[in-house]
Amino acid sequence: MTIDRSGTPLVEMRNMSISFGGINAVDDVSVDLYPGEVVGLLGHNGAGKSTLIKMLSGAYKPSGGQIFVDGNPVQIHSPRDARELNIETIYQTLALADNLDAASNLFLGRELISPLGFVDDAAMEAETRKIMGRLNPNFRKFAAPVSALSGGQRQSVAIARAVYFNARILIMDEPTAALGPHETQMVAELIQQLKAEGIGIFLIDHDVHAVMELCDRASVMKNGKLVGTVDIPDVTDDDLLSMIILGKKPGEDANAD
Amino acid sequence: MNNILTKLPFVSNVRFRDAGTLVGLLLIALVFSILSPSFLTMPNIGNILQQSSINACIALGMTLVIISGGIDLSVGPVAALSATLGAAMMVAGVPVPIAMLGAIAVGVSCGFVNGALIAWGGLQPFIVTLGGLSLYRALALIYTGGTPIFGIPSEFRSIANGAVMGVPTPVIIVAILALIAWVVLTKTPLGEYLMAVGGNPEAARVAGVPVSLTKISAYMISGALASIASLILIGRLGAAEPTLGNLWELDAIAASAIGGASLMGGRGSIVGTLLGCVILGALRNGLTLLNVQAFYQLLATGIIIIVAMLIDRATSGK
Ligand SMILES: Nc1ncnc2c1ncn2[C@@H]1O[C@H](COP(=O)(O)OP(=O)(O)OP(=O)(O)O)[C@@H](O)[C@H]1O
Ligand SMILES: [Mg+2]
Repeated sequence: MTIDRSGTPLVEMRNMSISFGGINAVDDVSVDLYPGEVVGLLGHNGAGKSTLIKMLSGAYKPSGGQIFVDGNPVQIHSPRDARELNIETIYQTLALADNLDAASNLFLGRELISPLGFVDDAAMEAETRKIMGRLNPNFRKFAAPVSALSGGQRQSVAIARAVYFNARILIMDEPTAALGPHETQMVAELIQQLKAEGIGIFLIDHDVHAVMELCDRASVMKNGKLVGTVDIPDVTDDDLLSMIILGKKPGEDANAD
Repeated sequence: MNNILTKLPFVSNVRFRDAGTLVGLLLIALVFSILSPSFLTMPNIGNILQQSSINACIALGMTLVIISGGIDLSVGPVAALSATLGAAMMVAGVPVPIAMLGAIAVGVSCGFVNGALIAWGGLQPFIVTLGGLSLYRALALIYTGGTPIFGIPSEFRSIANGAVMGVPTPVIIVAILALIAWVVLTKTPLGEYLMAVGGNPEAARVAGVPVSLTKISAYMISGALASIASLILIGRLGAAEPTLGNLWELDAIAASAIGGASLMGGRGSIVGTLLGCVILGALRNGLTLLNVQAFYQLLATGIIIIVAMLIDRATSGK
């Protein structure tokens, strides 16, 4: 399936910058994402990938740049703002409250409320069972706090949270880092399925093979700067690796940086 | 054991912990009822509940604050400040209900100041409320010149000294407040937010939880409950002393901790805290009945707190 990139992108992040204590963690980076597209974000540890997408998810405030959703400029000041734009995030460091159960985590900040104004635990658990039945049918620990779950089980709660609320733009920051081969395969299938539904996905992953398999394009970052964005069908694994390591696009001289 | 039980439906970790606190209370009651025949009589049980009610009122708020990952050391002085201002209003002829609301507003305001400095100012809860402990006490002393306020109307005093079907009004008031606190904690979004903010503030923030407002709410509730406790006290005593509420914070923290609240945040229970208050109250009452010297009562309180924590640690598997 080829992606139609003739229309307006779902998201465009233009000339994004942010610095921490004088260090430019992200420096003038532009990326975009079309409906039904998976864009991989690659780069060494500390390249600025997580920081870039945290500006989209509302966790960090950019010091420069502009974000467009459906072609309209938007201001994202908080995670709530991002959610109102149907941007959902699966964070690299699992953002779960360990002391709460799966349902409470899934609905955290967006609780189901009964007509009397109380939290509707029964409905939240029923919905959680439904979505987990789809994402991870072996999941059983609905009553336990998530601190009692395995890394993979926790990850499936985090994914369920993003998927449940009808994300249009999904950010996945190393979603399979804590998973075994079977669960990794499950996430890959889920990505294909969400993509088919027209959701746009930013996928951060260190596994070049996975990116080659799942992504339509890849943007490579180094030292906070964008090395370049390539169409996956046009490149090889080695091309991507050399972009990550050398910081130059295939066919470009090694003089940049 | 813990794991097997908590796998059964309807036996959550919280209820398991509460059951443990209840067993502790029953053991203490058993020992005292053997040593003193008057311990387990209806009038004495009423006494214990009555004596525990003020601490319970404070501890309810303390528990919510502790669950949110904070601590409120300023409850005693907040109580003193709202009691003296409320009493002064009553003495000046302000209608009793308005004076009561005024006193509660003072407590809520103090709580707001604490919460704002912590949530918006980014200061440590321990330090902010330690500062509050001196500050609010000083305000109460300065305002009164250090002397108690007398002349509290009997209309108001009769509320705190009354009883409904043999149950002292303070016990009823605190029971209602406890029910409200329980509903807030277990049935409302604010309760979920308190747990989440105490458990993992960063996760709560990225999930869109209004972290600052949640923390500030906890301190405001704590301030309100401190005021209500002080109103109960001055109603019973008939005077508002600027020095009242000394060391209240420690009893409330002890009751919360005995009841299963974790000072790391994210864990605690209203039922447990109430049981914790009754444990402390029963202990003091029982030792007094046995004519044990106050020094030893203090010793026993300390031992109970530490034993409760040791049992907690041994059974929580962490
Ligand atoms: N909150 C912060 N405060 C200070 N520095 C930060 C902060 N967040 C990120 N940085 C710095 O910004 C740079 C980019 O970090 P980032 O987490 O975006 O890297 P990454 O590409 O996601 O790496 P990894 O593959 O290891 O996840 C790093 O040098 C990091 O130390
Ligand atoms: Mg990262």
